[in-house]
Amino acid sequence: MAGDYSLSGAQELHVLAVDDSHVDRKVIERLLKISCCKVTAVESGRMALQYLGFDGEKSSLGIDELKVNLIMTDYSMPGMTGYELLKKIKGSSTLSKIPVVIMSSEKILARIDRCLEEGAKEFLQKPVKLSDVKRLKDFILRGENDNKETEEMKQVSCPRKRKLQDCSSSPKCSSTPLLKHSLLKHPKIA
Amino acid sequence: MERNHHLHRQLANLRQSFFDQGYLDEQFIQLEELQDDANPNFVEEVVTLFYKDSARLIHSIDQALEKHPLDFAKLDSYMHQFKGSSSSIGAKKVKIECTQFGEYCRAGNVEGRCKRTFQQLKREYAVLRKKLEAYFQFVRQIGPIETASRPN
Repeated sequence: MAGDYSLSGAQELHVLAVDDSHVDRKVIERLLKISCCKVTAVESGRMALQYLGFDGEKSSLGIDELKVNLIMTDYSMPGMTGYELLKKIKGSSTLSKIPVVIMSSEKILARIDRCLEEGAKEFLQKPVKLSDVKRLKDFILRGENDNKETEEMKQVSCPRKRKLQDCSSSPKCSSTPLLKHSLLKHPKIA
Repeated sequence: MERNHHLHRQLANLRQSFFDQGYLDEQFIQLEELQDDANPNFVEEVVTLFYKDSARLIHSIDQALEKHPLDFAKLDSYMHQFKGSSSSIGAKKVKIECTQFGEYCRAGNVEGRCKRTFQQLKREYAVLRKKLEAYFQFVRQIGPIETASRPN
């Protein structure tokens, strides 16, 4: 499967989302797609590692286009927790550079500290909002300077945002002031 | 058409009542804002997944509550999942019941209260499900409206 190319020809940020909750997977997938990211959603840490080709396992990632730019994982999952997944990724020579974000419904400071210490880029409280994802995308793109690939991603045009701007003058527009506001807070995105 | 306008107003009032009566919270609106012309049924799809998850969890909890002694850790885990998904769709009252149930599980020594709280939770869930099913059926009947407005 070739990577997704936007209208401008540049590549989209590819996010691997890990969550055992079917409801949450569907929501995070939608949040990321609206933010013009390519999404792969899996239900466990084990499947995430399999997808990433951890430990030389046959990876689903055959070509460069499928490279994962960000991992968003739930903390509380049966089997392997998000924290354990984080440790495995940060301990891997091939995967450690991929930024990892932890999501949790519980705001336990010790847990947050532990994750950040282990190298998590951010800790998001659930339920994750569109503004969180937009802010995160901005943060990830900014954090990877002098990277030609990232520069290209910054050029990715995000059609949905344009659509909202275009229809803002129309009375039939279904966009809400709040959504427009959260997008306009980050004018530099796409 | 006036009848159409009247129906849309009825739908809007029905939707507003969910917020006013505390069945739904802000998160539901967050989901509505993710809908667009290309994904017009997103909220209903998410809510349908919630029903599926909830049915499974309710069954698991019912079974777990039959075991003696109660496995409080297991019950807490199920409740954590239930609380998570109800939070994700903005099911305010159900989430509150889950928190209550979780507290009794963690206290670990009030079997009667645990079971009673769970019956309460099942009732709240059933009420919400009925309301939402009726709501989405109504939506499908009269077509989409600009529903994403803030509650008071």
